[in-house]
Amino acid sequence: MFESLSLLTLQQYWFMIVSLLGALLVFLMFVQGGQTLIFQLGKTETEKKILINSLGRKWEFTFTTLVTFGGAFFASFPLFYSTSFGGAYWVWIAILFCFIIQAVSYEFRSKPNNFLGQKTYEIFLFINGALGTILIGAAVSTFFTGSQFSIQKANLAEYANPVISQWQGPAHGLEAVLNWHNVALGLAVFFLARILGTLYFMNTVDDKNILGRAKRQLLINAGPFLVFFLAYVIALILSKGFAVDPSSGMVTMEDFKYLHNLLAMPLVLILFLLGVLLVLWGIIRPLWKFDQCASKGIWFAGIGTVLTVFSLFLLAGFNNTAYYPSTYDLQSSLTIMNSSSSHYTLTAMSYVSLLVPFVLAYIWYAWWSLNRKKIDAAEMESDEHAY
Amino acid sequence: MILNIDPAVVDWSRAQFALTAIYHWLFVPLTLGLSFLVAIMETLYVKTGDPEWKRITKFWMTLFGINFAIGVATGIILEFEFGTNWSNYSWFVGDIFGAPLAIEGIMAFFLESTFIAIMFFGWNKVSKKFHLASSWLTAIGANLSALWILVANSWMQYPVGMKFNPETARNEMQNFWDVLFSPVAVHKFLHTISAGYVTAAIFILGISAWFLLKKRETGLARKSILVAAIFGLITSLFLAITGDGSAFTVAQKQPMKLAAMEGLYKGQRSNGLVLFGIPQPGKKAGDGQNNFALKVEIPGMLSILGYRNVNAFVPGVEDLLNGGFKPEFQNVSPAETETALPISEKIVRGKLAITAFGDLKKARKAGDEVAAAKADSAMKSNFAYFGYGYLKTPEEALPNVPLTFYSFRSMVILGFYFILLFILVLYFHSKNQLQDKRWLLRLMLWTIPLVYLAGQAGWIVAELGRQPWVIQDLLPTRAAVSMIETASVQITFVLFAVLFTALLIAEVMIMTKQIKLGPKDGGTK
Repeated sequence: MFESLSLLTLQQYWFMIVSLLGALLVFLMFVQGGQTLIFQLGKTETEKKILINSLGRKWEFTFTTLVTFGGAFFASFPLFYSTSFGGAYWVWIAILFCFIIQAVSYEFRSKPNNFLGQKTYEIFLFINGALGTILIGAAVSTFFTGSQFSIQKANLAEYANPVISQWQGPAHGLEAVLNWHNVALGLAVFFLARILGTLYFMNTVDDKNILGRAKRQLLINAGPFLVFFLAYVIALILSKGFAVDPSSGMVTMEDFKYLHNLLAMPLVLILFLLGVLLVLWGIIRPLWKFDQCASKGIWFAGIGTVLTVFSLFLLAGFNNTAYYPSTYDLQSSLTIMNSSSSHYTLTAMSYVSLLVPFVLAYIWYAWWSLNRKKIDAAEMESDEHAY
Repeated sequence: MILNIDPAVVDWSRAQFALTAIYHWLFVPLTLGLSFLVAIMETLYVKTGDPEWKRITKFWMTLFGINFAIGVATGIILEFEFGTNWSNYSWFVGDIFGAPLAIEGIMAFFLESTFIAIMFFGWNKVSKKFHLASSWLTAIGANLSALWILVANSWMQYPVGMKFNPETARNEMQNFWDVLFSPVAVHKFLHTISAGYVTAAIFILGISAWFLLKKRETGLARKSILVAAIFGLITSLFLAITGDGSAFTVAQKQPMKLAAMEGLYKGQRSNGLVLFGIPQPGKKAGDGQNNFALKVEIPGMLSILGYRNVNAFVPGVEDLLNGGFKPEFQNVSPAETETALPISEKIVRGKLAITAFGDLKKARKAGDEVAAAKADSAMKSNFAYFGYGYLKTPEEALPNVPLTFYSFRSMVILGFYFILLFILVLYFHSKNQLQDKRWLLRLMLWTIPLVYLAGQAGWIVAELGRQPWVIQDLLPTRAAVSMIETASVQITFVLFAVLFTALLIAEVMIMTKQIKLGPKDGGTK
């Protein structure tokens, strides 16, 4: 079935899968956003416990999606994996650190004799939520703003230094946060995650005090999110982009490249606009009609987030665009054509991708089974495994 | 501008990867085995309806949960370190190596993380049977993830099902099934998961023995011991069988590793297996010193285990260094095998392959098809030795012999000791005398650290025994690293070491507290 597809079609298929995983990851970062709100929404120990437990049943989905996003990117576009991870070393290591400290915090936080103390694990959750989202946003933004690296496959014949992908400049990825575009996307992701976290609490928690504060937080975070997001998108549409000549593979700078991409791919434009509208609807409806709509906001904003991020990824990689550009050497830029796995591997992986709907189905079923009843203070008292 | 690779960055990158792998393997074996044991106990609860089994299940499940998260945390680092620290590796073999990692995510991690939530939070929310199914699915998910990462690891030890493509400067997959079902992969998977099962069985035995020593929770302890000892005995026998299979594939595919495992410098026909031995300190290949200060061996046994033939020649480190012997492979007639080359010659051939690759790139760029065809042919005929071309001296191809030797001995001796322990425990349990045998109960408790030692020793054999290769014969560590400053890796090494150690201390403290609290309070505080 997949064997007969052309290499380019498979590359496009896999870029879409990776983009979808990236988009799902940003949606699932409601866990991270929620973690930064624990102290603001929870004033008593019980309230904090309710909040942490409602996130604690979902954190592994976010984590697993991150790991799968990495694995799928490695399998389908290994040159990205080797170039970006091995080059932008410090950014990725910082992100990894944020996730190690998260993984243990839920389980260890409230256990007696936990060595570092409950507060430390709560701070770990906060760091993961704040720094993790900002850094991931900034790292993804380099898909549009570019990085400084060179790729020479012939280096493999150099005995003294056979490394193919080499980062140029000493900061090894930290330079990404010196570019205001990258920081703007990082902060937009951060505030979006907080909005999604708030909406998630409105969906799963049954506690009047928490919900009252959540409504205020929704409004507080919506402002900065819109400012950073719109600033980023406007700058993106007006900026030069990295265009690829499909026949020669030559990369050149093109004025208004991303605007051209949007116009050349109307479906992506529609997905993008629809996504943004859904996010806004998910925020506005609960503010306006809280009692009827508060618990539904997450679904609008969540689906909107997935559509928006998905279309942003396609904007970076489709329509003959270099998705991981090098500003040091334009011709080293990564495109979906020059950085992918072989036809054979992409075909084999495509068969595996047929499992994805099945995976989504059982996740949905398990999620539904656990969420049938909202989390409240009484459950925290009786649940033996509460975090 | 090309700066030379600093050898220190290779060492520190190796140290960082080893650190992460060591910590990861402190938590994962328990997850692999305990997930099944918990599922078995819950099955007993559902079958018998006895609430005591539910209490037992929940107690072990609490300990499972404490251990699980930290295995996840160290696992994500391993996956990303392939990129951060082994950038050249990630491109050179990413076309083959990436796939198992992605499949692991899609097929195993989601299964595990979805159903573990039901396992912990679903007791009062889903039906008994759905809960039980979730416990089994969590165990299957954990073990499936082991399958895919071990397939990936095995492929590094025995690269099959691929072909080098000079256009893309990487190896490309030709046959997925060859990668998945290579004999090395099959044995490594079965051997490693059995090690996890034995670890969990001994963990349960040890803690239950502690309860019996303290005369607390004797009912829970006795029931747990019975399940764990039966499970442990079966899986430890399987561990021995798969260990034999693994050693056989090492003899066939990685003879240098086998020589290091045995401390064997000069091989012979009908080679003996060293039962106990002390390798000569400071011994170097070719220095003429005796390789053992002391040894007791079983005659002919190594030839039988490694080649299934008592008369087979087993090459030692010096034989492999100097070549000139005929390797003996199973199902291959001696007439078809070629005399082994000395490593110095392999280095020459490797350099020919690498140079030919460079010439091919230049010729293609210049459009000189005649020169390209010539370079292509030179590269293909020498490609089997490609990785040797990056070595400076033949001695670089030798692993650390004493460390591999001692690790292998420790693992095997401990493995047989575990079998004996399970038999003893089952015997006294059946006689209803276990609670009176305080020496045995203490032994059970103190075997917990030993089972971790055995597991770590096993990985030292597997990973140090194959040095200097990241991909056997094709890519040594020095050609696989990322181009980053040594200082950066030193800093991250220290950061990881401090963080992982702090988390380990936290886990041990929490775990011992939960054990002391016992099942009644298990997980409620």
